[in-house]
Amino acid sequence: MAVPQAKVDALAARIAGLSFEREGWLGAARVEALSRLSSMGLPGKRDEYWRYTDPTDLIQPRTATAALFDAGDEPPVFDAIDRITLVFVDGVFDAAASDDPALAGVEITRLSQAPDLHWARDLYGVLEARGQSPVQRPLAALATAFATDGLLIRVTGKAAKPVSLVYRHDSETSDAILHHCVRLDPGAELTLLESGPGAARFTTAMEVEVADGARFHHVRVQGRDHQRRAATHVFARLGAESLFKSFTLTANGVLTRNEVVLELAGDDGVAHVAGAAMGDGAFHHDDTVFITHDAERCESRQVFKKVLKHGAVGVFQGKILVKQGAQKTDGYQISQSLLLDEDCQFLAKPELEIYADDVKCSHGSTSGAIDETALFYLRSRGVPLRSAQALLVLAFLAEAIGEIEDELIVEDIRQRLENWLARHEY
Amino acid sequence: MLEIKNLHVKLEEEDKPILKGVNLTVEAGKVHAIMGPNGSGKSTLSYVLAGREGYAVTEGSATLDGEDLLALEPEERAAAGLFLAFQYPVEIPGVGNMTFLRTAVNAQRKARGEEEMSAGDFLKVVREKAKRLKIDAEMLKRPVNVGFSGGEKKRNEILQMAMLEPKMCILDETDSGLDVDAMKLVSEGVNALRDAGRAFLVITHYQRLLDHIAPDVVHIMADGRIVKTGGPELALEVEKNGYADILAETL
Repeated sequence: MAVPQAKVDALAARIAGLSFEREGWLGAARVEALSRLSSMGLPGKRDEYWRYTDPTDLIQPRTATAALFDAGDEPPVFDAIDRITLVFVDGVFDAAASDDPALAGVEITRLSQAPDLHWARDLYGVLEARGQSPVQRPLAALATAFATDGLLIRVTGKAAKPVSLVYRHDSETSDAILHHCVRLDPGAELTLLESGPGAARFTTAMEVEVADGARFHHVRVQGRDHQRRAATHVFARLGAESLFKSFTLTANGVLTRNEVVLELAGDDGVAHVAGAAMGDGAFHHDDTVFITHDAERCESRQVFKKVLKHGAVGVFQGKILVKQGAQKTDGYQISQSLLLDEDCQFLAKPELEIYADDVKCSHGSTSGAIDETALFYLRSRGVPLRSAQALLVLAFLAEAIGEIEDELIVEDIRQRLENWLARHEY
Repeated sequence: MLEIKNLHVKLEEEDKPILKGVNLTVEAGKVHAIMGPNGSGKSTLSYVLAGREGYAVTEGSATLDGEDLLALEPEERAAAGLFLAFQYPVEIPGVGNMTFLRTAVNAQRKARGEEEMSAGDFLKVVREKAKRLKIDAEMLKRPVNVGFSGGEKKRNEILQMAMLEPKMCILDETDSGLDVDAMKLVSEGVNALRDAGRAFLVITHYQRLLDHIAPDVVHIMADGRIVKTGGPELALEVEKNGYADILAETL
């Protein structure tokens, strides 16, 4: 199908100022990505998967400005975690602020150094390209084609400590595009942490290959900046008996679109994706998840919770596709919103598509207010109204937070949620 | 301790009076029982005293040691020493029973200007009290009342009461849904808390709970009023003859 002229023009305008590198294997991958992107055009409001989220601010040639944000005396995210920290400021790698990336069991290289790594050649743009069907994700192709930097992380054993990517936002008009690749060799294990807003506008893609028996933990905190915009994509392919667990906390942000595309390609794989989003006022948060079961006895869970008030909008588009032959699939999906007043909105589109006959798939979606009966019960025991409300909000989020395995990280996330609740009136 | 005078209450949403002039005084150290047929207003009375929303007090007063209960928020009433054991204890998924108990105990202590209980001390006390009520460690870890049997929920209410040490305890049909053994456990839990400084108001349909928790005074409530007050023998009379005779006599 021909791309409408308006989309062609929009794409031309969007990429006009971006530098494009054609050299080497990376250049070849970028050329292919640009070709994919040109055949799709940028997302538009009429696209099936953009009906609930207006992509305008994500695609316009220049980003809207985003005022810098001061988190006050709240300690940096993951501060208490022993980790290797790699810092990007407005999408530019900051070597001085970063740790030495030497870590037993892990090899870390920067994309901008265009190293000739076989594993990266086989991964860069590959999972993103696979993830373009049946749902198009043009902004991911944009990230593949135009990323100015990113990290290529190969995990050969059990990583000695988590790798933490910190994305600082230091310019009101920064427009950052990053692309990371992570490859976990058979039996390897890594915890990858991501934190911070990234830029005024942040467009990212991350491709993760989890080989047989490997374990990948991903915890992301998207920063408290109110005005930033973000379009992120995680593509992962899981081998046999592997594990993938991802959790994202989003508190604030005028526009966030987090896409996760997972493929369970080997038998007995486990994939869990979870998110907690806290929105007050001008807040639009969209989780778009697509999980494909293409092997036997795999388990997938999607647990997304949103707490909304003062006109905040939450979107969930989650799909489980069970291919023919993916017998004994165990798929679970829940998306829930807690609406703290009557102005906010939660839009959910759960989808199941199943071609195997021996599977267990369940999905649910709810929107509701704080349970008044539970609130009274707590208060009747002496718990003050605000504390009782906070306790119930945390209880609502518990299932999503429960997807994080590391207790220290759980504690960090819980503390941030409590701080958020203490800062916001409801 | 608890003094209710001419209390009139209606549902906020509809113009339907439920309590039509309740007068009741409960003295420290005493156990009062309220019996009465369905729909007589017993549970409403307990909710209004605890501060549940949805009710409008149109006349009268309720005080706890002279303090105007009706002017206080539910949590302030709790901190003042009022406790309601719910007829239907509420399930709260995602909140651990232990977290709940500790938050409640420390919130009340804080409200009264007392020092909060340390995690270690709290654990010790809660374990000992739970053991007496045959509540095992597993139940303490589970989310509040989630997956509890009817009996477990009621025992959990008594555990909360034991931990919070209120001075005025209201038990709303604590016997409903209990088998004989559970009723005994719950009653023992209540009796262990009886002392000169504490009072109980036990709301029940049946006399059988009063075999275990011996009341000092028994009130019969009907159509939003206390229609008869007597000693423990009044409960036995109800058990034998039902409410009809008493109600006929008071009309």
